[in-house]
Amino acid sequence: MSTPYAKLPAWADYGLIPLINLSVAFIVAGFVVMLVGENPLRAAVILVEGAFGKGTGIAFTLFYATTFIFTGLSVAVAAHCGLFNIGTEGQAYIAGLGIAIVCLSFDSVLPWWVNFPLAIVAAAAVGALWALIPAYLQARRGSHIVITTIMFNFIAASLMVYLLVGPLKPAASQAPQTRNFLAGAELPKLNWILELFGAKIRSAPLNITFLLALVMAFLVWLLIWRTRLGYEMRTYGHSPKAARYAGISETRIIITAMMISGALAGMMALNPVMGDQHNVAIDFVSGAGFVGIAVALMGRLHPVGIVLAAILFGMLYQGGAELAFEMPAISRDMIVIIQGLVILFAGALEHMFRPYIQALFASFSPRSVGMEAVKGKGA
Amino acid sequence: MAQAAIELVGINKSFGAVRANRDINLEIARGTIHGIVGENGAGKSTLMSILYGFYQADSGEIRVGGKPASIKTSNDAIALGIGMVHQHFMLVDNFTVLENIILGAETNALLKSSIAKARSELDRLEREYGLEVDPDAIIEELPVGLQQRVEILKALYRGAEILILDEPTGVLTPAEADHLFRILRQLKEQGKTVVLITHKLREIMAITDTVSVMRQGTMVATRETSKTTVEELAELMVGRRVLLRVEKGEAAAGAVKLAVKNLTVKDSRGVTMVDDISFDLRAGEIVGIAGVAGNGQSELLEAISGIRRAVSGSVMLDGKPIDLTGAADPGELRDRGLAHVPEDRHHVGLVLAFEENENSILGYHDDPRYLKGPFLNIDAIMADATDKIEKYDIRPGNPRLKTANFSGGNQQKIVLAREIEQDPGVLIVGQPTRGVDVGAIEFIHKRLIAMRDQGKAVLVVSVELDEIRSLSDRILVMFAGRIVGERGPDATEGELGLLMAGIEQEAAA
Amino acid sequence: MDTLNAIVQVLDSTIRLSVPLLLACLAGLYSERSGIFDIGLEGKMLVGAFAGAAAASVFHSAFIGLGMAILISVAFAMVHGFASITHRGNQIVSGVAINFIAAGSTIILGQAWFQQGGRTPALQPGERFESITADVISNFLATYSFSTASVADLLVSIRGLILYLPALLFDALARIPGFGPIFAELVLGHSVLVYFAFAMVPFTWWVLFRTRFGLRLRAVGENPAAVDTAGISVTWLRYRALICTGILTGVAGAYLSMVQNGGFVKDMTAGKGYIALAALIFAKWKPVNAMFACLLFGFLDAASIRLQGSPLPVIGKVPAQFMQALPYVLTVILLAGFIGKAIPPRAGGVPYVKER
Repeated sequence: MSTPYAKLPAWADYGLIPLINLSVAFIVAGFVVMLVGENPLRAAVILVEGAFGKGTGIAFTLFYATTFIFTGLSVAVAAHCGLFNIGTEGQAYIAGLGIAIVCLSFDSVLPWWVNFPLAIVAAAAVGALWALIPAYLQARRGSHIVITTIMFNFIAASLMVYLLVGPLKPAASQAPQTRNFLAGAELPKLNWILELFGAKIRSAPLNITFLLALVMAFLVWLLIWRTRLGYEMRTYGHSPKAARYAGISETRIIITAMMISGALAGMMALNPVMGDQHNVAIDFVSGAGFVGIAVALMGRLHPVGIVLAAILFGMLYQGGAELAFEMPAISRDMIVIIQGLVILFAGALEHMFRPYIQALFASFSPRSVGMEAVKGKGA
Repeated sequence: MAQAAIELVGINKSFGAVRANRDINLEIARGTIHGIVGENGAGKSTLMSILYGFYQADSGEIRVGGKPASIKTSNDAIALGIGMVHQHFMLVDNFTVLENIILGAETNALLKSSIAKARSELDRLEREYGLEVDPDAIIEELPVGLQQRVEILKALYRGAEILILDEPTGVLTPAEADHLFRILRQLKEQGKTVVLITHKLREIMAITDTVSVMRQGTMVATRETSKTTVEELAELMVGRRVLLRVEKGEAAAGAVKLAVKNLTVKDSRGVTMVDDISFDLRAGEIVGIAGVAGNGQSELLEAISGIRRAVSGSVMLDGKPIDLTGAADPGELRDRGLAHVPEDRHHVGLVLAFEENENSILGYHDDPRYLKGPFLNIDAIMADATDKIEKYDIRPGNPRLKTANFSGGNQQKIVLAREIEQDPGVLIVGQPTRGVDVGAIEFIHKRLIAMRDQGKAVLVVSVELDEIRSLSDRILVMFAGRIVGERGPDATEGELGLLMAGIEQEAAA
Repeated sequence: MDTLNAIVQVLDSTIRLSVPLLLACLAGLYSERSGIFDIGLEGKMLVGAFAGAAAASVFHSAFIGLGMAILISVAFAMVHGFASITHRGNQIVSGVAINFIAAGSTIILGQAWFQQGGRTPALQPGERFESITADVISNFLATYSFSTASVADLLVSIRGLILYLPALLFDALARIPGFGPIFAELVLGHSVLVYFAFAMVPFTWWVLFRTRFGLRLRAVGENPAAVDTAGISVTWLRYRALICTGILTGVAGAYLSMVQNGGFVKDMTAGKGYIALAALIFAKWKPVNAMFACLLFGFLDAASIRLQGSPLPVIGKVPAQFMQALPYVLTVILLAGFIGKAIPPRAGGVPYVKER
């Protein structure tokens, strides 16, 4: 009996169940807070206030969300094609190289509005190229993409360390990073938008990349559900055999999907590199690629869900910083735990509560859950 | 009558709203071969799974050897002397025969003594029942018939007194099936009880002592085999007179649409599955390909439709060559007017997770009718799907419904509607009515004949001999990857059976 | 003689560096052979390292530390089992989750309990597993007596036997002239966990191919339905495989924090779990191959440390990052099918659903 015997209404499927899973993740996280001797409720209040209480907090929340929208979309695009791209982290990291090349070359001669599109293209291209090799190996040699992308994360890290302590580092400097970009490679901030709504912002890195992220979310929606390519990706994702039957080339679709995924991952690098740090430093991605897995799962692979989940995680990151300040026993690593718990409960244990909820629905209104199954009764 | 080996009293089992078994009563006598027949989905397999502890009955009682038994796991069943040979063999492919036999029946924590014991026990079983097999052979290197023998040995090794076989001949050649029947008779002589589940009436008549018929989850009748006929059983199975042949006129075969010459296809392991096949398919005729499953029919279909790459050979479609050994892909073939209804609609012909309308364009999604530039033309797709739903009476008639929620027959109609409505010159169909309810079978057969009457060329592959004989204007029989004979639609079942067994081929060689 | 010395030293550190890889790799072997992908080796090792060092420092006992490392690591393995066996969740996703929870919780709890920036207190003698050197052996022989005066004495005596017997044997071998000294350098002077790790190789082979458990384990990774219909619980069998995994990752973690290092440092596994995973693929899921793969990867690590800054003849200076990336590059090349084909257990990664 492969099909679940009872269906849930869409709002329960896409709203209630993720909400329950998320709540459980937070309850468990609350226990960890208790374990270190702090009050989880107070922690939650600090967290939310830190993220949304002040204009600066909101701006930081959205800054982090920008990063996670890109990585979440990256994971989701691959997932729609049935591929688990665990290499978002490495693709984003190595894309920093593309941005560095553009910015270091042109920051003194071109204005930001020329450098930005150039950097977008460079970041996307390098990210896509880094995804290309695992994609090719999966498509043509059958190498498991989960394993190869993990390997490529490490290879990317080694390569970037090599470059950042060597060729890309200014000779006079000690820090393993490129020189700081000039004004021509600094992206304009978006804080004024929040200020229009009366928020007061001291200094926050929220920048124009946020808008790019929203545009990308819309484009991904368009791609997946409204284009022929998206249709082909979803077909392959659900059933490679059906894709073959439909004349969809396996090699082409895997490589295309992975390169789009890699490009989205690569664009993530724009946000911290050009929008905030103005240089490429060691480990600037710092796990955002993996957060993308949580965001994509939480958002159920839908761009709207991903944007919401990214804002949630942005809130955790920003609020978590405040939390670390207010409660010394809790460092920002608390977020890593919450992230893990969200992946566990919204991802791996996605269906844990489903039977109970179905039973609950069935007891309220048998008609809403049983009828499809009767109609669908097999031959 | 001998004492009952198994009694089932009032067994009920539901899966959600689907009642797979209702109020089943059954008595199987010790030392007999008892057949259980029914259409696909009649509830036979569910019933046997309850007996083997795979599922739990919702209500009812099982008695084994006269005593009430509680069978909660396969272990309980094994302990009660019930053994099962599954339709899909439950063997570990890269283990040896011995390893498979002792798996789950080891004597202690170390393998050494288990293996020694199994070796001598196997020797004994071989002598007693003529079940020869090399104990050190790797399963995946054995032919299917021998793999099945290992399954039987597994059951006997565990001391099975009652042996249940689920559709055991589906993958066997007639010769292998005959051998199996000899073994089953031998088992019966030794006092074992055999339960044979099948939907093939011929087998029931040939080997069983008693037969029970299931229909839509209920047990409709039990007969002594010697006192019943195929016609009676068939009627009991479907609940009304079976329409064995669809009305159709003479074929008016025209020009050659598809010419296959010296086609050779290998499977992924490099085994030759289609061996140097040549045939023509003309406009206005239905050619049926008969054969036991696994004799290369699937690979032939896949090669002609461009899914699987051929090793050598040439194919002409409408007089122009298609490069099946190289670049041909299913999309190109569709463009050239060759449509394909695949054997496996669940994984190939449909994406079950898609909405109905999305499946109604699968394979034709690059047709400009359904596109606006790189975008899908949702309005056109929905209108098209609604149109097909009406024409083919697909139920429920909701193009937004997930395809998985349609019944087998309606799913097959979705595929047929998609392929036929493209108005192809050549239609190739694999197992047109597998897992399809009786009402839909008639509908599908009529549609295929209508295609023929419109002057299309239709190629049908089916393991159901009745279907082949009822639909085809010409019948090609495949055996071991070759076409071993061509017959007209009036060929007898016996004649075709011999061909399917490869017997004439040997005589000719 | 200098070159020989250098080679022996590199080989010696190869052994030390390959031990955690080997333990984690064999851990992965149990779970993957049973059909459960486990990319959570990293996380389980990390919690093992933390629990081991924390417990050893609090209870002043290396053995309690080891026990705790195993216990916590097994608990995490059970979470993986709960998600991927009981609830048939995605095994990759569950593994990722475990790695995150491990990375975060070890830092948070470490900071909360010890206030040393995520470190555990430096382990004192007796709280960590010491290297068994010639001195230690002679010292031990001088004072050791097998006492049955009380239960505690008996336990201590038995512990002594477990700890030093293998070393005594090697000590005898080390006295063989010529070959002896090099042997002594390589084989002697390690802690008991090193010997345990290498002993696990033949042991795992034996379990896999000579015991009932091993037969069933291999079967369930290839065709769980065959195991199920043979009347064996697929669920319980896979859980047992994961318990083995948890025990071994626990020991691997304990080795990191209680042998290689004198305490827990945050994120101290530093990707070793993933290298172990790579080694497992490289070894094609076979125990003896696993040992060679881990020795190779350990050697690359040792060589990169040794070669830091100093140029090689012919090749010239090799960046350390290149050597660090080499295991991953090699694994990708292997996966690409250029050096043999790595065929994983057939049922790997697919949750078992009883279906007809």
